[in-house]
Amino acid sequence: MKRNRIVILGGGTGGTLMANRLRRAYGWHEAQIVVVDRDDDHLYQPGLLFVPFGMAQIEDLVRPRAGQLRAGIDYRRQEATRVDTDTRTVYFADGTILHYDVLVIASGARLLPAATEGLTEAGPQERVFTFYTPEGAAGLRQALERFEGGRIVVNPVDLPVKCPVAPLEFCFLADAYFRGRHLRDRVRITYVTPLDAAFTRPVAAKALAGLLADKHIELVTDFATGEVDGAGGRLISYDGREERFDLAVVVPAHGGAAYVDRSPGLGDELGFVQVDRHTLQAKAAPEIFAIGDATDVPTSKAGSVAHFEGEAVVRNIRRFLAGQPLDGSFDGHANCFVETGFGKGLLIDFNYDTEPLPGHYPGPLGLPLLKESRLSHLGKRAFAWLYWHRVLPGRELPGITARMPRRGKAEPTQPRRP
Amino acid sequence: MPIHIYAGHSVVLDEDGYFTEPERWTEEMAPYLAAAEGITELTADHWQVIKVMRAEYHAKGSGPAVRALAKISGVPVKELYRLFPKGPAKVAAKIAGIPKPHSCI
Ligand SMILES: Cc1cc2nc3c(=O)[nH]c(=O)nc-3n(C[C@H](O)[C@H](O)[C@H](O)COP(=O)(O)OP(=O)(O)OC[C@H]3O[C@@H](n4cnc5c(N)ncnc54)[C@H](O)[C@@H]3O)c2cc1C
Repeated sequence: MKRNRIVILGGGTGGTLMANRLRRAYGWHEAQIVVVDRDDDHLYQPGLLFVPFGMAQIEDLVRPRAGQLRAGIDYRRQEATRVDTDTRTVYFADGTILHYDVLVIASGARLLPAATEGLTEAGPQERVFTFYTPEGAAGLRQALERFEGGRIVVNPVDLPVKCPVAPLEFCFLADAYFRGRHLRDRVRITYVTPLDAAFTRPVAAKALAGLLADKHIELVTDFATGEVDGAGGRLISYDGREERFDLAVVVPAHGGAAYVDRSPGLGDELGFVQVDRHTLQAKAAPEIFAIGDATDVPTSKAGSVAHFEGEAVVRNIRRFLAGQPLDGSFDGHANCFVETGFGKGLLIDFNYDTEPLPGHYPGPLGLPLLKESRLSHLGKRAFAWLYWHRVLPGRELPGITARMPRRGKAEPTQPRRP
Repeated sequence: MPIHIYAGHSVVLDEDGYFTEPERWTEEMAPYLAAAEGITELTADHWQVIKVMRAEYHAKGSGPAVRALAKISGVPVKELYRLFPKGPAKVAAKIAGIPKPHSCI
C-alpha cells in the first residue's frame, strides 16, 4: 500500500487536533503527517479576553507548537503562499514546495484592520485597541488601568468574527472591572454592533440584551462602522452616524488566510474555504478538507466547533482514502461559555438548524443554558486545562458529543418560520 | 403574511418585508420596491448590484453581506451605502426580491 502524505496548513486549534487524531488513526507506514505553521507560538486565544482585566497573563497562554504534537508528526515552520489544486502542491514563502495526497486547511481567520478606515493609522493608537491580538490585549490592560472615567465603546466592525460572543463578554467584564474599582458611575459602556440585535439569533439576542440592560450597558444596533477616528474619538458609520468615545475596543473585520485568495477556486469573497457544510470537503477538490475558522460554514468561528469538526474530518479523510462515500453528519454544533462577570457565566449550545435555546446541557440535569450560573463560569475557566490536555490531543471531552443534543432544550412553542 | 401588489402582480412578503417567493419577482417591480425604501431613482449602478444579489441568491441560496457584495460587484462599500443608504445588503435584497441575507452566527 502506498504511503499517503497528509499536509495540514496551520498548527493552531484545528490543525493540531487534526494531526494528533490522524496520527492515532494511521500507522506510520500508512501515512506521513506534516503540520505547517508560520510561527512556533501556540496561543490559547480564549484567554485573551481576560488579559485586559489582569485576570490572565500573555505568557501563560502561549506554548510551543511542536510540543502539542504527538511523536511521528512532522512539524515545519513555513508560511504557505499558494496552493495549486491541480498539481496538489503547496508553495511556501521561502521558495520551497510540498506535494500532498490530502490537504487539510486549518489556517484560521486573519484580522483585517485595513478594511476599516483609520484602524491602521501609523503610530501606536492611544485610544483604540483590540483584545484579539496579544499585543492589543496587553496594551488594553494598560489603557484600562489608566482609565478614570468617560465613554468606552466596544465594536465588532463586521461579521464574521472569531467567537462572536467575546465582544459582549468584554462589556460584561468591563462592567465588573469598573465596579471593582468603584468607578462604574463615571464610566459609560456602549456595545455597538452591525447586527440588528445583541446577537444573531432571536432567543439568545433577547437574553443577552436583557443582561446588557441589567448591567447598564448601552446597546447600539445596525451600526456599520466605516471609519474609526482615533484622534477625534469617533466611530463613524457608513450611513453617517457617529458614536463618540474616550476609549474604543474594536474587533477588526476578519478574512481567511491570504494564500487562499491566491489559490483560485478555493475560497469565497472573504477568503474562507468553500466546503460542503456537512462533510467539510472543499468544493475545489475532493482531496482537500478544511477545519475551524478557515471554513465558510455558517456556524460560529470557535474552538469548540473545530473540536466537533475534527471528528468528522478524520472520518471523512479515512473514507476518502479508502474510496468510500463521505459521511455527512457534521451538524454545525457550537458550544460557547459566555463570561458574564462577578464569577458567573452563561452557556449557549446550537447548530445549523437550532438556535441557542434555554434549557439544560447536555441533558435535563446538566448546566443551565442561556442563564447565568456560577458553574458556567467555572466551566469557562476550566476550559483552558481541557484545551491543552483534551482538545489539542484530539481526545473526547467528558459528556460532550460532536452532535448537538436535543434533550434538555426548551424548543420554541411557536412553529418556526419557514 | 402581508400581500403586496407591485407592477400589477401580487407578491407575499415576510414580516420584515422580504420576498418569500423570489421567482415571482420581475424587473418591473424593482422601481416600486425601491420607492418603498426611499430610493426614487434606480441608476445603472443600482441595477448592477441588484443583478449581483439575484445571481448570488440563485448560486448560493442567500444574498451576500456587504463586504462580500462589494468584492463581487466591484462597487466599494462606501459607494454601496451611497446607493442604498439604509444598508446595502438588506435594502438591495428587498429590491431584488430575495429573502433576507443570512448573517453569520
Ligand atoms: C479573544 C478570543 C476569544 C475566544 N474565545 C473563545 C471561546 O471562549 N471559546 C471558543 O470555543 N473559542 C474561542 N475563540 C475562538 C478560537 O480561539 C478559534 O475559533 C480557534 O482557535 C480556531 O482554530 P483554528 O485552528 O481554525 O485557527 P487558529 O487556532 O487561529 O490557527 C490557525 C493557524 O494557522 C497559521 N497560519 C495562518 N496562515 C498561515 C500560512 N499562510 N502559513 C502557515 N501557517 C499559517 C496561524 O499561524 C495559526 O497558528 C476565541 C478567539 C479569540 C480571538
